[in-house]
Order: sequence, then C-alpha cells, then structure tokens
Amino acid sequence: MSIYMINVATQIIIQAIAACGLNIIVGHAGQISLGHAAFVGIGAYSNAMLTTAGGLTFWQALPISLLIVGLIGLLCGLPSLRVKEDFLAITTIGINFIVVAIFQYTPALGGALGIGGIPNVSFFGIELKARAFFWLCLLFLLAVLAISWFFTKSWLGLSCFAIREEETAASSMGVSPVRAKLSAFVLGTLMAGLSGILYAHYMKFISADSFTFPFSVTLLSIAVVGGLGTLFGPVVGAVVLGILPEVFRPLVDYRMFLYAALLLMMIRFLPGGLLGGSDLLSVKSLRKRKALPLKGGGKIDR
Amino acid sequence: MLLEVNDLSVSYGDIEAVHGISFHVENGEFVSIIGANGAGKTTTLRALMGLQNVKSGKILFDGTDITDMPAHRRANLGIRIVPERARCFPQLTVYENLRMGVYGRSSSLKNELGSTYELFPILKERSDQYANTLSGGEQQQLAIARALVSSPRLLLVDEVSMGLMPKLAIQVFEVLRSLNKDKGLTILLVEQNALSSLKISDRGYVLETGKIEIEGLSSDLINDDRVREAYLGS
Repeated sequence: MSIYMINVATQIIIQAIAACGLNIIVGHAGQISLGHAAFVGIGAYSNAMLTTAGGLTFWQALPISLLIVGLIGLLCGLPSLRVKEDFLAITTIGINFIVVAIFQYTPALGGALGIGGIPNVSFFGIELKARAFFWLCLLFLLAVLAISWFFTKSWLGLSCFAIREEETAASSMGVSPVRAKLSAFVLGTLMAGLSGILYAHYMKFISADSFTFPFSVTLLSIAVVGGLGTLFGPVVGAVVLGILPEVFRPLVDYRMFLYAALLLMMIRFLPGGLLGGSDLLSVKSLRKRKALPLKGGGKIDR
Repeated sequence: MLLEVNDLSVSYGDIEAVHGISFHVENGEFVSIIGANGAGKTTTLRALMGLQNVKSGKILFDGTDITDMPAHRRANLGIRIVPERARCFPQLTVYENLRMGVYGRSSSLKNELGSTYELFPILKERSDQYANTLSGGEQQQLAIARALVSSPRLLLVDEVSMGLMPKLAIQVFEVLRSLNKDKGLTILLVEQNALSSLKISDRGYVLETGKIEIEGLSSDLINDDRVREAYLGS
C-alpha cells in the first residue's frame, strides 16, 4: 500500500472508532448526541497535554486520558436523564460548542494556536511510523468492535436496548434508566476519547477547529449511513464517507451539502443504514424473511 | 398482607385523578379493581409500580414502605406489571423480550422458559421474531409471559382484555385464574370487563371517578344491584 493509502486508511479507522462510540449512544441506547466531536477533542487534548507538557509516554498517558474523557462523559450524560430527543440534540450541540470554546480560549491549552510537537507512539522503544501506526489503530478498532459485541450480548446492552424501545416498560422490569443511559454515555465517550488520542498522535498537531460541530455531524452521518445499532455499521460508514471525499476531491467545498443530501437520501430509502434492517440490502432481513413463512394472511410490517 | 395502600392520591399537574383510596391484597389472593373509563384504574396501577408520582398516601409492600421507591427497585422486590396495550419491546425478538423479564436476576431464563412456552406455545414458535411482527393478542401473551418469567410475588395486570377478540380474552382470563389457583400467584387485576374479572377473582373494588365506591367479595359484587346496573346490565 502506498503511504497515501495508509494515511487515508488510518484516518478512516480513527473515525470508525469514534463512530462506534456514537453508535453505542445513539444506535443502542437511543440517546441522540450531536456533540460527539467534543469527546474526541477531549481525548486528543488530554493525551496531547500529558505527552508534551506532562512528559509522559503515549502508553502512560492513555489510561489517564481515558479516565478524564470517561468522567466528563458521565457528567455530560446527565442531561439525557432529563431531556429527550430534539432537546437532547440541542443540549449536546451546546456541549460541543462549550468544549471547543474552552479549547480555544484557554491559554494553557494553546488557545487558537493549538498544541504541536506531539510525539510519535513508541512500542517497546520502537517508534511507530505511518505503517506501524496504522496497524496499531487497526488493533484498537478491533478491540473497540470486540467491546461493542460484548456490550450487545451483555445485560447492560440489553437494558440499553430496552430503554431505547420502551423506557417505562424497561424500568418496570428492574432496569434503572439512570444506570443504563449513563453507562452508554460513558462507554460511547470513552471510544470517542480513544479516537481523539490516536488522532492527536497521528496528526502530531491539534487545534480546536478539528473538533467542532460539523465533525459531530460527520460522525453521526457515518453511524447513520453504516447502520445505527449494527456492529459493523460504523466501520462501513467510515469507509464510505472516508473514500468518497478522496474520490470527489474537486467537490470538497460542497462536502457539508453532500453529507446533508446523503443523510436525507438514507432516511428516505435506507432508514436502517447500509447494514440495518432495510428491505433492500440487508442480509439479515432476507434471511429472516425466508425463515418466517407468513401464516394465515398475517402481515409482517417491517 | 402483601400489598397495603392507604389513602392514596395521585394527580397529573393540578388535576387529581385518584382521591385518597385505600385497599389491600393478601398473599395468594386474586383481587380485581373494576371501573369505567377515566375512573383512575390505570393511574392507580402506575402508582403502584412507581411509574407515576404519588401526591399523598402510602403504599406498603410486604410491610416495606415503597411509596417513594423508583420503579426498577420495586421490580427487584418482585412486583411486575402487564401494562395496558402490552408495551413489548418492538425491535427486540420474542426471546430477548423474555430475557428482559429476568433482567438482573440470578435465576436463569432456561428454568422458566419451559413452563412459559407450555402456557403460551405461540411464543416458542416465534421466539426469533421481532415483537412488532406479532399480532395484538400475541403481544399481550408476550407481555404476560415477560412478567411471569421473573416469578413475581405480585402481578399487576392492566386492562388485559383491551383490544383482544373475546375468545382470546377469555383464554387470557383463564390463564390468570389458573396461575392464581394452581400456582398461588398473587394478582391485582384492573379491568373494564367487570363480569369476567369478578368471575375469576376472590375480591373486588369498584372505582368511580377516583374513589372506591363499593368493595367486597367478588361473588357478592356480581349480585350487587348497583354493580349490576352500572357495569353488567340487568
């Protein structure tokens, strides 16, 4: 693979990791979030600060940064206990703007200049350059996918699905809505944080501009295009939305417009995303339909 | 006494729907609350489950004051509700819906599944199907099964006959009766269908515009002139 392709692939993987986190919050727990980029930013900034000003190595800084992101994620999950749907969307947009403003106006965080000189990741004394770093990112993505899979099979995952479907019925079955929602927020923001940490060490330079609201929209587009609530949806979405801008480079100025058009088309024709339970493409739905003969003129309305 | 409700009032904003009602349910008893639309039946059940805030009064479950306890903790004490219109989890399979029923319990679903499928064979047939592909009657059966798999100590049943064809409604009532008589399950049933629910229950309360107007043994209520006139037709 050429270095150019390695670069594109690394970026796709980093975005896929963040989208996996968003998929937990939006797809599995049904809590809309339009501020996911903020948590990518918090992860990136924590690790950047700890490895530059703090003088720690990547591996030492990693758990500390994840702890910071997790705690802030927990705090930012609290609004989801009080507000729903549109209101939660607005609240999370607000969180995004506040976090970006803090990055921009805090001199200690580099202000508008951002943070530069972030070191390469080294592994047992070997510095990981482009190719090796790509493999590291891929390993992290696999770990994130494994965690997502375990999550969907766990009681916690099931309780999140139940909250998404019927909150009152779930709580009358012993599910604490507070615990389910906050766990989803923490898990989802941790993945966003990990994505940001990798991004910081990939770019070596970060500034607040990279984590603004449009990036949150991009992440949501990735999750929706791939298929909310599916395991590999975020990866597929990240690949599609990562390659398209490279192929259509001349249209780069219209990127936001194209994303909006794509989202609208998805909602109209493939509401479940590429991998979701849609009638057109989903293997799962085909298999299901074959397995279920309609009885007595019954109608399956899906 | 398993459930004791003292002077319970529930209001939605400024409008009080239930005005200081008191009733109780003994262990192993089958009690029905009957009343017309808007009498406050569903509100009462929601308050018992913790899905609706109580304005005043006390709810005791097995001697413990649960008036201010959140719903999920009441569920862990062994109270389960079969909600009005089933409220299954539409995008979960039948099996996953049942798995939700034993959420956080140490007892595994496998032990309960056999008797559940025996009671509702259609659910076994459809265990991999999404709940929103079930008919109304099947969803109602799933909702009952979902409540039963946790082996509850008190089962609250809300308008189970609503939207079911009469034949299926009779079947469901029969299931409830046998759960109570044969398995000793304590049931509090709320129904508009006064005759059917009084026929299968031990005692009954008549709720009218948020107050309990008449109470007594179900066999007496069936023959009570006021009940006959208001609910059963003479």
